[in-house]
Amino acid sequence: MASAPPVERIRRTGPAAVRAHLIPDRAFPLLIVLLAGAVALTAAVAIAVGTVSVPLADVAAVTWAHLTPGDTERSLLYDQIVWDFRVPRVLLAGVAGAGLSIAGVCLQALVRNPLADPYLLGISSGASVGAVVALTLAPAVIAGLGVAGAAFAGALASVALVVGLAQRAGRVAPGRLILAGVAVGYLGSAVTSYIQLEANPSELRGIMFWLLGSVATASWSDLLAPAVALACCLLWLLVDGRRLNALTMGETSAAGLGIDVNRLRLGLLAAASLLTATIVSVAGGIGFVGLLVPHAVRLLVGPDHRRVVPVSLLLGAVFLIMVDLLSRTLDRPNEMPIGIFTAAIGAPFFLWLLRRQSGAVR
Amino acid sequence: MRVTATGVSVSIDGAPILDEVSLTAAPGCITGLVGPNGSGKSTLLRCLYRIIRPQQGAVLIGDDDVWQVPARRAGQLRAVMAQDQELDNDYSVRDIVAMGRIPHQRLLERESSADRAIVDEALARIGIEWAQDRRFATLSGGERQRVLLARALAQDAPVLLLDEPTNHLDVGAQLELLDLIRELRLTTVAALHDLDHAVAYCDAVALLDQGRIVAAGEPVAVLTPERLAEVFGVRAAMTTHSLTGRPHLVFATGTSRPSSERYAHSEHANRAQ
Repeated sequence: MASAPPVERIRRTGPAAVRAHLIPDRAFPLLIVLLAGAVALTAAVAIAVGTVSVPLADVAAVTWAHLTPGDTERSLLYDQIVWDFRVPRVLLAGVAGAGLSIAGVCLQALVRNPLADPYLLGISSGASVGAVVALTLAPAVIAGLGVAGAAFAGALASVALVVGLAQRAGRVAPGRLILAGVAVGYLGSAVTSYIQLEANPSELRGIMFWLLGSVATASWSDLLAPAVALACCLLWLLVDGRRLNALTMGETSAAGLGIDVNRLRLGLLAAASLLTATIVSVAGGIGFVGLLVPHAVRLLVGPDHRRVVPVSLLLGAVFLIMVDLLSRTLDRPNEMPIGIFTAAIGAPFFLWLLRRQSGAVR
Repeated sequence: MRVTATGVSVSIDGAPILDEVSLTAAPGCITGLVGPNGSGKSTLLRCLYRIIRPQQGAVLIGDDDVWQVPARRAGQLRAVMAQDQELDNDYSVRDIVAMGRIPHQRLLERESSADRAIVDEALARIGIEWAQDRRFATLSGGERQRVLLARALAQDAPVLLLDEPTNHLDVGAQLELLDLIRELRLTTVAALHDLDHAVAYCDAVALLDQGRIVAAGEPVAVLTPERLAEVFGVRAAMTTHSLTGRPHLVFATGTSRPSSERYAHSEHANRAQ
């Protein structure tokens, strides 16, 4: 220990309160390994289970056949079920769960508000407007765009509107961001509701499914944009987790520590928008994941973003793969939208979190 | 290292907050910024924090213009003991002090043993190493300020910037913190509300009013009863402290001007706070 004399008259408060999080720091590598294993396992099970059950051995065989370049043999019995339907679906569930969780981490760090989630910026409501318009009013007009393209355009438009409203002279103020996001969100809901009223009954189920989120129709081409967005954002956040920590201590703290606060905020905004827009446009409005996972992760490993980011990624993926599996097995052969389950699990969890926080902090 | 402001002007939404402020803080000294609410003290500090960019003029640390060098370099030049401490966080005391090393670390660089040694030393010097595994949120106000001071120390910058460091502290904790800051012997610029603290702890003070510097220099020379009457609307007397024999500022109660009169002219300035 250093030898400089400490000042006397120290008044120590309360009994020694130790760290609040559940997983000790030295168990972190083990946690990562376990979670990675859990992702692989849940993915394998989710690929195997469905209206046609596929033995795990065949899941492995088909996957192996596609991943090894030399073998072009495609005569395997379950090839189409596994490779054309289940694998992209499970991968999209994983990518969406991971991406929405990471977007939630970004926005919670950005606005320093525990209620922040990926839909805070009005992204989902903008995407909904785009998708619902594509599904009902003008299929011909935006046929080239598709539902996903229209949703993506809607999402970007709403982000642009929110950021435009929230910035002043190039500086983004978190408080205004929340207000602008809520306002644009309600505006989007109003438009979506009106179109739903005008829609004919045959279109309604499709709209409902889209609004509540589903990965049922996932194809390989749907995966590309969310996966690329996730990879880029993840790379940045893993490298830069320390600066996120400083930002959560406050604007002055972060600026004092040599961080360009406005640039970091804009970066977080861009990352969260890109992730959410690419995911929502192919998987619909899957709620609660981006709110719930980061909070759960902080309970587990504490607030340090160098841990929060990788754990959120893995836990988000496991969570949504499992929820998707649940949504298509509980009421077989019918499928239910994912959003129903994420909310049904998420709301009680959130209430518990609220009680725990009010007990621990104040 | 010297801190200089040259002709700094800031206006927010068209309302002038700082009007061509020039100031020099000498190396190794504590320079106090005093003045009524909305006089521009905090805004001047926020220019140095790199949060508000002056529309005119420049703020320099040594020879480096804070707004011309990269943000990270600015983090090596001055440490900030911030007022925006977020209580809703789960960081441990050690985590927070270790953040002081951020401006010295490159992307992906892990905490080195040298970093850890600096953090240990900062914790020991401020006398809070016993609390390093405690959660920040569980500490008292005085202890939290010490943690933030330790973080500033771990930042290993020649200049320390403080904005109302003794806010919300009891009198014992206030004096303890200010004693500690004086012992650090860093070039310190501090916005202070308590004028008697400015007299007792500062080597120099700058008195601001309505975005301009009214007077600057030795505390006893600047904070005269006439100026305090004019700027703050209070009756004050500079006496000698019966225990220390040093100058001591005392105020007469019940004689202040009504606040409506005091603030009528500076209503725009309050918005900048």
